[in-house]
Formats: sequence, C-alpha cells, structure tokens
Amino acid sequence: MSNGKSQEGRGPLMLDNRGVWVYVEQNEGVIEGVSLELLGAGRKLADKLEVPLAGILLGDNVRELAEEIIFYGADEVYVVESPVLKQYRTESYMKGVILLAEKYKPEIFLYGATPNGKDVASAVATDLSTGLTADTTMLDVEVEKRLLEASRPAFGGNIMATILCKKHRPQMATVRPKVMKALERDTARTGRVIEESLEIREEDMRTKVLEIVKDVTKKSLADAHIIVCGGKGMGDERNFGLIHELAGLLGAGVGGTRDVVEAGWLSHDHQIGQTGETVTPKIYFAIGISGAIQHLVGMKNSEIIIAINKDPNAPIFGVSTYGIVGDALEVLPILIKQFKEAFHEKGGEVTHA
Amino acid sequence: MPEKFDVIVVGAGPAGTSCAYTCAKNGLKVLQIERGEYPGSKNVMGGVLYRKQMEEVIPEFWKEAPLERPVIEQRIWMMDKESTVTFGYKGLEWAQEPYNNFTVLRAKFDQWFAGKGVEAGVLLINETVANECIVEDGKVVGIRTDRPDGDVYADVTVLADGVNSLLGKQLGFHKEFRPDEVALTVMEVINLSKDKINERFNLSENQGCTIEIFGDSTKGNLGTAFIYTNKESVNIGVGTTLSSMIKARMKPYDLLDYLKTHPMVKPLIEGGEAAEYLAHLIPEGGYHSVPKVAGNGVLVVGDAAQLVNAIHREGSNMAMASGKMAAETIVEAKKKGDFSLDTLKEYKDKLYNSFIIKDLKKYKDATHTFENNPQFLRDYVPMLNRAASKFFTVDGTSKKDKQKQIIKTMTSERGTIKLIKDVYKAWKAVK
Amino acid sequence: MHIVVCVKQVPDTKIIKINPKTNTLDRRSAPAILNPYDAHAVQTAVSIKEAAGGEISVLSMGPPQAVDIIKKSVEIGADRGYLITDRAFAGADTLATSYALSKALDRISKEKPIDLIICGKHAIDGDTGQVGPGIARRLDIPPVTNVIEVSDINKDTRRVKIKRKIINGYELIETEMPCLLTVEKEINDIAYSPLPNMIKAARYTPIIWAVSDLEDVDRTQLGLKGSPTIVGKMFTPPKPEGGHMLDGNADDQAKQIIDILLQNKELFSVN
Repeated sequence: MSNGKSQEGRGPLMLDNRGVWVYVEQNEGVIEGVSLELLGAGRKLADKLEVPLAGILLGDNVRELAEEIIFYGADEVYVVESPVLKQYRTESYMKGVILLAEKYKPEIFLYGATPNGKDVASAVATDLSTGLTADTTMLDVEVEKRLLEASRPAFGGNIMATILCKKHRPQMATVRPKVMKALERDTARTGRVIEESLEIREEDMRTKVLEIVKDVTKKSLADAHIIVCGGKGMGDERNFGLIHELAGLLGAGVGGTRDVVEAGWLSHDHQIGQTGETVTPKIYFAIGISGAIQHLVGMKNSEIIIAINKDPNAPIFGVSTYGIVGDALEVLPILIKQFKEAFHEKGGEVTHA
Repeated sequence: MPEKFDVIVVGAGPAGTSCAYTCAKNGLKVLQIERGEYPGSKNVMGGVLYRKQMEEVIPEFWKEAPLERPVIEQRIWMMDKESTVTFGYKGLEWAQEPYNNFTVLRAKFDQWFAGKGVEAGVLLINETVANECIVEDGKVVGIRTDRPDGDVYADVTVLADGVNSLLGKQLGFHKEFRPDEVALTVMEVINLSKDKINERFNLSENQGCTIEIFGDSTKGNLGTAFIYTNKESVNIGVGTTLSSMIKARMKPYDLLDYLKTHPMVKPLIEGGEAAEYLAHLIPEGGYHSVPKVAGNGVLVVGDAAQLVNAIHREGSNMAMASGKMAAETIVEAKKKGDFSLDTLKEYKDKLYNSFIIKDLKKYKDATHTFENNPQFLRDYVPMLNRAASKFFTVDGTSKKDKQKQIIKTMTSERGTIKLIKDVYKAWKAVK
Repeated sequence: MHIVVCVKQVPDTKIIKINPKTNTLDRRSAPAILNPYDAHAVQTAVSIKEAAGGEISVLSMGPPQAVDIIKKSVEIGADRGYLITDRAFAGADTLATSYALSKALDRISKEKPIDLIICGKHAIDGDTGQVGPGIARRLDIPPVTNVIEVSDINKDTRRVKIKRKIINGYELIETEMPCLLTVEKEINDIAYSPLPNMIKAARYTPIIWAVSDLEDVDRTQLGLKGSPTIVGKMFTPPKPEGGHMLDGNADDQAKQIIDILLQNKELFSVN
C-alpha cells in the first residue's frame, strides 16, 4: 500500500530554506481568526530572523483575500486557486501546499490547530518528512541557529515542553486558536502576491464534499461574553449545579475542567483547556479550579478572570484579575443571592446582551 | 452455548487468587472473575503480608513480588492522651531470608499475585460482577454475570467475593451481619520520603516497622489503630466494630483524623501528603460468625467465610491458606469426578483442623469480652500510662515505694475485686 | 470488509498524579489503558462489522505490555491484534510512528487486503492527532479526520459516506475505500462487552512483530533516529503576577464581585 512518497522529501536537509509562512484558513471566503492571529505571531518571528512573512492562501476565487492578509502583517501572499479547492479536502489542499513548499522552501510554517489546519499540516509534514509540533501555545526563535522554539503544555502537567526540529525544514507547528494576538488591520501595508496553479481535475478527486451543515443552534462556548467554569473543587455533581445556576443568572456559558468532564459532570464540548476549547470571554469565573497549565492555556487570555479557590497558592490566582481565597460552596450561594437582589430587585429579568 | 470450566473463582483477592493459582497449577481449567478494574483495585488491607502462608502458595515469592519492606520491628502501643507505653520486638533475623512478614501495597501486590495465576493458566476477567450462582437440582453449576450472554458454568464455584459476599447470602450460607461482627477500617496512604521514614521510625535501608495502637487511638472504642511503613509511604488506619461506632456516635473518618493529629502520632507523619483514602469492612466476628463454607458444587474462602482473627489482625494469611485448601479439595474432587457436598466437605474438615479455625476458636470470645467490658481500653490503658509515668519519673521516691503507690492507685480506681475479675476475663479471652 | 484499528497504550490521566516539586509525572500510580478515543475507534469497527460483515484487526506499536490493550480491543469486539514492538521503535515522534505503523499495515494487507483503517482522533498522552493522517498519506489513501458518524458503506461501489466535525458544524463527505478515519468520542458509546468476548480476550495471544518481521524498512526512519522533532527543554512558565485579592468574609467578597459585574453592565441588559 505504501506510495513510497515518504522518502522523497528527505535527501538534502534543506537548512538553507528561508522565510516564515502562515497557512491561511478560509471557509467560504472568510478568513479564520486563528490565521490572523498567526500572522501576528509570524510577523515577530520573521522580524527576528529578518525574512519575509508569507501567507499561504488556497481556495476557489479567493484572490481578493490576499490584500487582507497583507493588511494583517504579511509581506507576501502565495495564492493557489482552483475549482477543486472550493471546499477543503485533504487531497487537494495538501497537494497545493506541498507544491508551494517544495518550490519556495520556507524555514518555518505555522498552521491553526483547527480540524482542517491539523489535517493538512499532518499530511504535509509526512510528505516533506519534517517535524510537526501539535497544539503549541508559545512560539519563539533562536536567531543564531534559526531554530523555531515551539512550546506546548506537556502531558497533564504544570510544565511546558519546547519542541525543536533541528535538521529538517520547514519547521512546522500547529498553534492553538485564541492564544496569539493578531495585529491591528493596517490598510497602508503593501506586499507581493505570487500565484501558482494546481493541476488537479475534479474527476481525479477521490473525496467529495456533499454537504456542509453549520450548527447554529449550538452556541459555541468560544462566543460567550461571560463564562462560568467549575473544577473538581466543586466536590460533586450536585454542587456543580451552583455553577449552572450562576451561569443561568448571568446568561453565561458553562465550562468545566478536564477532571470535571472526565467525571461526567459535563459533556466534552464544555471542556476548557488544552484538549478542549480555548476561550477569551470578557469575564471568566474560575471556581474550584486549581489552575493546571492544561486548563490555563485555554482561558488565560480572558479579559477579566475572577478566581475562587480554597488554596491561596493555587496557580489560578497567578492569572486571575481578582481572587478570592475561600470555599466556593460557601461563596457561591451568597453571590447568587446578592446577584438576584442587585439585578432582580430592579424588577426586571436579566438577559444576555 | 455457555462455556464450562472446571472451576470458577469469584474474586481476585488473596483468597481467590491463591485458590485459582493452585487449581491451575494442578491442571484445572479455571475462570476467575474480578469486579474491579484490576485485582487490588477494590482491596484494602492494613498492608502486612505474612510470609508463611504466601510461601506455601508460591515458594520464595519475596524474590519477585512487589513488596514494600520486610518487617523487622513490631511495636505495640498502649496509648493515652499525651503518653504511650510501648512494647515491642526488633530482630535482625527478620531482615533476612526467609523473613517473617512484609508490608505491601495491595493494589500492586494483588495485581502481581493474580498475574502469577494468569501465568499458571487462569483465565482472569476484570470489571465483571457475578450477580448470582446458577443453581440446578440443589447444585451450584455456575454463575450469572452482569454482562450480556453472561452465564458460565463450572463443576465447582468458589466464592471469594469478600466480606459482604452477595453470592453467599443468595445461597443462604450467610445471614446479614450484626454490627458487632463487622469492623470498619479506614486508612490513608501518606507519602513520605524514604529518608524521613528511616529517621522517624529508626530503620535502616529496606527495613520495615509496624505499630499496633490500643487505647486512645480508638477513643476507648473496641478496635485498634495501626501504622505500617512502606518504601516511600506510610499506611495509617484505624478500625473499630460498627457497633462501638454506633454506640459512640462516631464517624470513621473522625477517628482517623483524631489519630493523625494525636501528639504521639503526628510527628511520625508530619509533612506527608495523603495519597489515598480507603474504607473497608472487615469481618471481625471470628469463630462465631464463620458461615457454611461448603455445599454442592460450591466452596467459600477468605473474608467471604469470615476468616479473620480480630485480635491478631490477621486476614490475608487465613485467606491464602483457605484458598489453597479449597483448591486441594477441588483437585481431589476432580480425580473422583464428584463435586457434591460429600466430597467438598473435605475442605471444611481441612479448615477446622488447621491453625485458622483453631485460632478463631481460641479467641472466639475475645471480641465480646472487650465489647461488653469497655474498661479494658477505656480505663486500663490510661492507668497503665499513669503507672509508667510514675515509675519512670525521677522524683526521689524509691522504686519499691513507687510500685506500692501504683498498685494502690489502681486498686482504688477500680477496686481490687473488680480489677482481679477483669484481669481474669481478659486472660480467659485471649489465653 | 477487513477493518484495521490502530490503538495506543497510554497512562490513565484520570489517575495520574503530578509531583508538585519536580513537576513530573508520578507514574507509580498510573495504570496503562487503551487510549479512550481508540476504544471508540474499535467500537466504530464493531458497529460497521455488525452492519456490513467482515473482520476486525487491531494494530499497536508499543512496549511488550501493550498486549493488554490489544486484549482490551478483543473484549470490545476485535477478532485479532498485532503488536509491533522493538527497541528500534523507541523514541518515535509522530512521523516515525506513522512510518512504522504503515510498514506493519503493509504486511497485514498482504495477509488480507485492508478496506478501512480507523484511528482515534488523538491519544490523550500526546494530544497531537498527527499519526492517523500521517499513515493515510504514507499509504496514499484518503484520510477523514474528526469523524462523528459513518453514515453509509457501499461494499459494491466501495464508497463511504461520513460526517466530519468542522468549525461550527459538520460536513458530509463521500470517499472511496480503502480510506482512513479518525474518530471523535461522540461517534458512539462503548457497549458493555458480552462475557464470551471477555473470555476470548483473556485467552487471546496477540501476534507480535519486531522490525525484522516487516518488509522494506528503512531503519533510519524508525524511532529516535527517524524523528525530526526532539524535546528541547521542559520549563515551568514564569509565574504571572496575579491580580487583586478580594478580602473580607464571604458576604464582602460576593459584594465586590457584584460591583465588578456592575462595572461591566454592558454585558447584560436589564429589562
């Protein structure tokens, strides 16, 4: 079954590759937020290495997005357009990306850690026989050796691991959404657009996309302005009801830590952290959460973080804007009562804006 | 068509595994069913493994079993609120082969032991609950598990399903326990560095120590507390009969908390981190509580047969010995091709002729004696402490006078006649 | 239908503890388990087998003890299992892992052609999700990641319809067999295994292969040698400064939170 492809990319180690690339994910002509964030992060790396930053754009009739990519920080945009690229498919997108990478040889190549971003990156890394670091949350470069330092929380622990790819190029990483900061859109920026064409016919495609269904009923946690998140410190499933109650009053989303989801108190789509959602709401309540890195990476960029925990040394207080050292089971009922008084006394219902 | 085995063993604790292992070693086709995620996951034991009975199942097991430390010192504390009188023995002959006993972590040890069974040919199935025995024509012919297509048959079914043996109850072998027949033991594993353990318990490398505590550890309730040293952790626990707990309106965890903060105990475990908390029922009924242990196609072993010596805190050794005896009986029955009570009652005879029942018989009244005479722990332990304090305090009184004073206090506190009666009662109970 | 499920042995993260002083894993108390996503992958194969017939093989790479997760897979309903284990595989990153597994799949497909390969979305000890797509690439078959439903399998046309999770929804795609799926947990519930499966698994001895049992293997692509990525360093991130601690009793503290909420009233609308 082997196609023998895996050997091709090896041979020369391509250490003379230059340039920082960002895979720009667009869906139906809209650029995903994580791609803009990566242009911001990539800009810093490119400046340190004194190389251009390029955006990689694939799709059907997407050329006009190239300008946007430049406004958000790119010096160059490589565009591949084709009708077979109308919807994402590993087969066609991978071929487009490999074509560009083999021809223009970047040294660093970043992808958003979305389903499609991870999918294409994994395939590309296999063909280019290069290293790919998954779900990174910190990026830096060691300029002298031109090494990408891609860091991510190590399994389970309160510790980060920096992954290096010393002898293979490009150095690739997928990056968690909502961790990096996008630059301000600057329409004064200019850049170069390079177009390439892909020779694939629809008849040769093995995979067809029959239907795309946007699930609008299911409001994503990522869109909530306020999130109330509870941890194992809530004790048991019944006490966790207090989290639901407070969230209900605030019109907030409910989140839980990995422990809570594994204990079955919440379904997986409410999990916040490295293996769940990354969220950046305006107000984030962290209740009964000690603050393992695995959780912190999923919420620390929230605007206001209010933490309640018994242990004054809990790491959650390190990232919190306001902290309360106390028993959540004591504080929450009082908070709920006071909230009802403060808002409902005015005779109205609280609804979410 | 459900499969048929020679033997089904329900439970993978020391009794069940000792039985399953011995049967498999003798060429029988054995299925062993464990309800936990793995053997040991549901087991709690003070953590002392007796060498002799284990050795009879697996010779020289200490060369490969996951043991913590060989016990070279056994201490007994008679503890009062701010003092303790210590008896004990430390012997270096216990620090070398063949050893005397060991501290173990059950989760590790039981898994290893069950693994030996699997090596010997036992088919071990975890996460499966035996809901009932299948009984046909007055004979146990197999079990019904909680799984789909869950029936399975055997010539002999061995119940090693623990103190609260549901299958034993289903067969009418067991009655519900009286609260004074069951002790509740709560314990914690406290992580502590090797150096700290060696220093605090006065041990050298790879030496272990056990402390059994009477008196204030149980707030005068009937029961004992214990501290055992593992490699890098300490087991601390306390057990008392349900009935005394009900009488004293105590919760088991309160008792453990009380023990951990007791000034005699606290320095030993200070700075340690509690890693696990476990609670477990232990049959304490002794000789009076042993149920029917054999029937047509069925045998009962270990805790399920209430084989625990409450006074000496032995359980796993009896479990293993009984498991082995059951296996030997089954092997003989297989040769005869008869699995009726007539043949299987041989197990009962073995049991009653062994140290197990003899010991249980010897101490058969001990529990009740102590239960009905709380003064043994409540009054005499403090008295003993006061006596020791007086004796060892240097205050210019001669030793002879001190002894006089001590006797005088004791007799005046409880009265001479009563005291003599109590001593006689206690002596009778444990002689 | 011949379905192969790739499975991995991982430490049980529910039980695993972190030593707070060294920040490393305390593996003493962590038993190894079948990666939960892979259990769902095996269950997916069982459902397909029930509907379309065929047989299920599982494949794992790992230490010799990983036979346990193959047995676990047999409990769920796999017919047989292969473990590739060899010192030469040690230290593999995702690239070297997909290479080794693809070589084992080559051998399995020679014994019996493969129609479908199923993997879990990712392993809970690495969370990368890169091995599945890597295998598909090496075998040059279509990958379908983040699968939440296998809607239709047509054995005659050899095409399958699959629902795949994407940002804010899902897509229904059709592809040809053989293909490789990576499944989400929500694709199914693991059924409680029947007793005969449990007995079969307890008896089962997995097939074990070393590197020398595989054909056309370029040893430089295996294990540590074949892994372009290495762990450069481990570090505890600099402690953020932290915020303002709210004092007083629970009443005072709750009041201060209400004040914070009032300052951000734009987030609510009070009718």
